Amino acid sequence: MAATGAQKSGWGIANLAVIAWALFPVWWLVSLSFKVPANIATDGGSFWPTQWTLENYRGIFKLGEFVHALVNSIGIAVISTVIAVALATMAAYAIARLRFPGKGLLIGMALLIAMFPQISLVSPLFSIERGLHLFNTWPGLIIPYMTFSLPLGIYVLSAFFREIPWDLEKAAKMDGATPAQAFRQVIAPLAMPGIFTTAILIFIFCWNDFLFSISLTSTTASRTVPAELGFFTGLSSFQTPTGAIAAAAVVITVPIIIFVLFFQRRIVAGLTSGAVKG
Amino acid sequence: MAEIVLDGVTKRYPDGALAVQAVDLTIADGEFIILVGPSGCGKSTTLNMIAGLEDITDGELRIGGDVVNNKAPKDRDIAMVFQSYALYPHMTVRENMGFPLKLAKVDKATIRQKVEEAAEVLELTAHLDRKPSNLSGGQRQRVAMGRAIVRSPKAFLMDEPLSNLDAKLRVQMRTQVSRLQRRLGTTTVYVTHDQTEAMTLGDRVVVMRGGIVQQVGTPKELYDTPRNLFVAGFIGSPSMNFLPATVENDALICALGSIPLDDNHRRALQARSGEGPVIVGLRPEHFEDAALIDSSHPGVTFDGTVEVLESMGSDVFAYFTLEGERATTAELEELARDSGSVDAAAVDQLVTRLDPNTGAREGESLSVWFDPANVQIFDPQNGDNLTAASAQVSTGQHAADTTGRTED
Amino acid sequence: MSDVRQTVAEPQTGGAAPAAAVQATDGAREERRLGWMLCAPAVIVMLLVTAYPIIYAIYLSLKRYDLRFPQDSKFIGLQNYATVLKSSYWWHALLVTMLIMVISVAIEFVLGMGLALVMHRTLFGRGSVRTAILVPYGIVTIAAGFGWQYAWTPGQGYLQHLTGGTPLVHTFQAIALIILAEIWKTTPFMALLLMAGLALVPDDLLNAARVDGASAWQRFTTIMLPLMKPAILVALLFRSLDAFRIFDNIYALTNGSHNTGSVSILGYDNLFTALNLGIGSAISVLIFICVAIIAFIFIRLFGTATPGSDLGGRA
Repeated sequence: MAATGAQKSGWGIANLAVIAWALFPVWWLVSLSFKVPANIATDGGSFWPTQWTLENYRGIFKLGEFVHALVNSIGIAVISTVIAVALATMAAYAIARLRFPGKGLLIGMALLIAMFPQISLVSPLFSIERGLHLFNTWPGLIIPYMTFSLPLGIYVLSAFFREIPWDLEKAAKMDGATPAQAFRQVIAPLAMPGIFTTAILIFIFCWNDFLFSISLTSTTASRTVPAELGFFTGLSSFQTPTGAIAAAAVVITVPIIIFVLFFQRRIVAGLTSGAVKG
Repeated sequence: MAEIVLDGVTKRYPDGALAVQAVDLTIADGEFIILVGPSGCGKSTTLNMIAGLEDITDGELRIGGDVVNNKAPKDRDIAMVFQSYALYPHMTVRENMGFPLKLAKVDKATIRQKVEEAAEVLELTAHLDRKPSNLSGGQRQRVAMGRAIVRSPKAFLMDEPLSNLDAKLRVQMRTQVSRLQRRLGTTTVYVTHDQTEAMTLGDRVVVMRGGIVQQVGTPKELYDTPRNLFVAGFIGSPSMNFLPATVENDALICALGSIPLDDNHRRALQARSGEGPVIVGLRPEHFEDAALIDSSHPGVTFDGTVEVLESMGSDVFAYFTLEGERATTAELEELARDSGSVDAAAVDQLVTRLDPNTGAREGESLSVWFDPANVQIFDPQNGDNLTAASAQVSTGQHAADTTGRTED
Repeated sequence: MSDVRQTVAEPQTGGAAPAAAVQATDGAREERRLGWMLCAPAVIVMLLVTAYPIIYAIYLSLKRYDLRFPQDSKFIGLQNYATVLKSSYWWHALLVTMLIMVISVAIEFVLGMGLALVMHRTLFGRGSVRTAILVPYGIVTIAAGFGWQYAWTPGQGYLQHLTGGTPLVHTFQAIALIILAEIWKTTPFMALLLMAGLALVPDDLLNAARVDGASAWQRFTTIMLPLMKPAILVALLFRSLDAFRIFDNIYALTNGSHNTGSVSILGYDNLFTALNLGIGSAISVLIFICVAIIAFIFIRLFGTATPGSDLGGRA
């Protein structure tokens, strides 16, 4: 149906409102991070710094804690993502492709964990990790991250796997491929987009976590940026480090936003794939 | 190239469902054989067992004399064309067709040469470097064929390869498949649910129902002497008309009136085990407008009101509604359900195929003639064709104890 | 060929081999083994990191276990639970959590549906809208939370004039702002799930309804909503349970002060401020039970259409 001019401009206004609503708070953080720290408390919340400065950014990068935390964040998120994607790929392939008893149980368990209140695990994990000397180490965070991203990974990937026409695997077998060849030359190239999407979603999940990080770490040896942000506030009693926190927030947000913008289509497909079929 | 032998091949799923039951079939070297039947009859399962994509629960499968039950598909040296074509979307046409050769570690120059030869035959040369997504349905189908022929396998297996094409292209490709098979002389097993395809393509046709082979024979044998109600109703388009009838005074009494028995019919009726009513079968093409028949021709005529008249140009289909009960058996009901061949609503209708010069008009009465010799008589208890049995025309290879068991 | 198995008349009823006697073929057995092998690592990890700890949490919750006085640890039965359930802090936190959950999910559902319709219907600028709303989804929650906190702070915030004063120190205003931050962050997710549901509504059906004389609102309520039910259930269930464990936003905005703490904040405080592992574990177990109850109610209300119930697969 052809939209009339009024309809078109109506949708246009709706669109603009949505975009503004989504982006305003982000721009606010960005503008804060470029303000001169001394002015922040008094400039009345303008969206445009009266005086632009990189002081906040220089400040946080001079801070050993922040750089450490950034390294921890990247390292822990990447390792958790790689392991979780590998395990989820195996399980999702089995769920989408193979007949075996216990499949329903596995799906139920994944669902349960997806809805699990993380705080319930914080106290036992805190205790267990201290006993195993995993407290305040990279593995100490990688293990819960990986576990809690597994359900997401299994859901998204099995939805992707189910989309692959499995006649292709049969065809490859008929063409003389061994199961390994069929997987490597036919299935894997087709599954790559799904695996990649899952990796992005899991990375975002790990990168975002705050609760585990403040609970299971105590020093910069493994504390990630979100947790470090939480402690920024407590540190300085005479001056609220608003500018520094804003700058740090921008630093950890910008890569994700670029990621999201770049792979927008895939992320939407991934987020919705598991859910729609229910 | 090789002979394929199925010896009591059975497929039973872990949950106990029996998909294919003791199929015995010898497919000669170079033969084009069709497996046909309604969906769920076990034809695709049978094909997949020959391919090695499904395990054989029981029985033996031999290709070229070797038992291959436990061989992986890749070790059976057979090629398959899938209904979905199963073209690899990330490869070009050339790569798709060359894939089996690449896996077999054939050197690049030979692959190139063979792929180009096959492309030439299938008129795909211009498209060799395109991806499947840029091809039309017919082209994709030909690429799938190409991938099968490049490696000169012992046999081709085709799983409804034409069913995704539109009607016109399907007819065109049908002749092409037939020509290709004759030219290569490769043993071919072809699965379809379309009886027209089965009749036009195959050297021999295997009709299956509920996992059991109903009849094996040349298209003509299946048409002339169907073994039972199911085969009779499945083969031929429009389908055979079935009417309940009783035997009285040396004649069959049915909705068309009284049909005098001939010797063949008498033998058939004597041979049957019980008494009671029978089902008579008459193909639409065996009727004619009585006005166009020389009165010297012996035959039976009946009068009826033409309800619907469909002109096909070369023929005219006249539909009559019959009074009295309709014939119902398990076979007929299954045929009615299988909407591809029989319209359920048409069961109590009589379909006749008349000469285009007929004077028939819708809503007017018409006198219709048929030759009683063409009447086939079926036993309503087990669906067997009594006339075919008495004529002693042996058609199938293996007389599986068939219909009786599936009814209980 | 699964269709074969569904439609084949079962010719076995005539007293032949019973189904139980049928042995799985080699291929099926191999398939089963492969399936188990592939799932095993994920299952083991999930069990070790969730099932074992939750059992351990139950064990801890039955002990007096204060990290400041570890020598005093001893088994005290359900006393920790009694302490928690008798405490007004727990009930207040639960109330706050439920309030946040119900209000934010309700508003998110309405907004998300609107957003989904905008994204689904509009042809112009669809991509940019979809991209823009992914930003709140991707942003680190705690970072966004600080952004909101500063926005409301007198002197420096762009929203300070909306309330006039210090909203974050008043319980109800603070909770409202927490809900706002939560809504901003998670509506996009809701909208995306609902949009996927909208895509399941065939255009033909809507056109047919239009021809039949249904108004836009009638089309929405009588056709779209019923057809979207599975997607709606999934979206509401996931978001409700997610909202129930709210932590990051509260931490950034109020840190649970002025009676704004959720159950997660309460559990965290008992663990890391009071260092009482026994009480903290009891709270953990209670939260777990609450989540189970919420999930159960959802599934009961909406029937069996739980997310992933189709995952039963091809068999």
